[in-house]
Amino acid sequence: MSGGPTIQGAARPMPGTGKERGILVLKAGVWGNNPIAIQILGVCSALAVTTRLENALVMGAAVTFVTVMSSLMISLLRHWVPRRIRMIVEVALISTFVIIVDQFLAAYYWDMSQRLGAYVGLIITNCIVMGRAEAFALHEKPGLSMIDGLANGLGYAMILAIIGLARELGGTGRFVFGDGWWTAVAIPGYPENHVLKLAPGAFIALGFLVALFYSLGLQKEVEARK
Amino acid sequence: MNGSVNETGALVIFLAAIFTNNILLTYFLGMCSFLACSREFPTAIGLGAAVTFVMTATTIINHAVYHHVLVAPWLKEALGFDLEHLQFVVAIAVIAGFVQLVEMFIERFSPRLYYALGIFLPLITVNCAILGVALFMVNFGFNLWQAAWYGLASGLGWTLAIILLAGLRRKMGYSNIPAAFQGVSIIMIVTGVIALAFMGFTGMVSLQ
Repeated sequence: MSGGPTIQGAARPMPGTGKERGILVLKAGVWGNNPIAIQILGVCSALAVTTRLENALVMGAAVTFVTVMSSLMISLLRHWVPRRIRMIVEVALISTFVIIVDQFLAAYYWDMSQRLGAYVGLIITNCIVMGRAEAFALHEKPGLSMIDGLANGLGYAMILAIIGLARELGGTGRFVFGDGWWTAVAIPGYPENHVLKLAPGAFIALGFLVALFYSLGLQKEVEARK
Repeated sequence: MNGSVNETGALVIFLAAIFTNNILLTYFLGMCSFLACSREFPTAIGLGAAVTFVMTATTIINHAVYHHVLVAPWLKEALGFDLEHLQFVVAIAVIAGFVQLVEMFIERFSPRLYYALGIFLPLITVNCAILGVALFMVNFGFNLWQAAWYGLASGLGWTLAIILLAGLRRKMGYSNIPAAFQGVSIIMIVTGVIALAFMGFTGMVSLQ
């Protein structure tokens, strides 16, 4: 990592027709340029809410909604916002959508809203949302920006789901998700591993996941980070 | 944890926010700048000082704004409803405004300090630890003094964590790390080990 989290794929002229570019952007967000595993952005909530798979999925959906909507709005407004005040405008737009998510959760899913707590509000300072606004939505058309927001939201949700599943399953030997036959499934005789459910487990789990992503043929990234 | 009056003493809040409820090591807040600026000792200390200062000041301002404007009885009487739902946007606006003001102030009055801290200040607006403390302090139901202590101690706790990591990263420069783990991965795992060490303080004091 050289000097800070870099945002690759920023305003790079892309070849191809609209549809091809859309697919390219979608692929980059979910896999090749994954916001957490490759760009290392938005790590805070990825660690905080992943004690359970259910929380992780809800958080993933919330962030996806905010990135899609804020990317769309910022892209629509990109010709009207003066450069000097663009950050304030971006933050105001992002906060608006975060408030919508927070109020929605509090109104319809009170338990989930309590479990996620302040971390819903902290989506405002989630670097992914701001990063996509700065690196992509400010320079691209609304449609493509929405796809980019969606891709990065899904990439984020995917990593959260993996860590959430690993921590819940590794921590307790079973997982609670909705209501069905699977909630009763437990690994018999599994000793509870509290460290995985607590803070150190989150850091270590994400560390291993990042290492896994590097070893999956992403060696170039490792070279670039030396 | 919600709403009720919290009677935790100042010293307990202070110790808890640094050791048992460290803003970074237990709440995972401020990771981005923690990863990016922990390469060198002086950078880590400079950023830590800036974060501590801004965190203390904005926590006090946000506390006053939240309790005396957003959920104040006079506003409820005047409007018929309170503005609690604006908490996020007001908190982030206060932080951004304050950082901008401080930047202009020290640029004018202390160019030396500006060059030492100036580069960190814009980073701080989007440091989630600052917003996190502003939101947590409302959840904990702190009064103004408790909130001030909490802001200060959380800043110091964050500084302690980044200094520890900067020290370890200096040593890690000489170690032979497997290729896949180089970079962010090993830093995460080392942070996990620091967090594990801090778990030793659990039970000493508690914030709830």
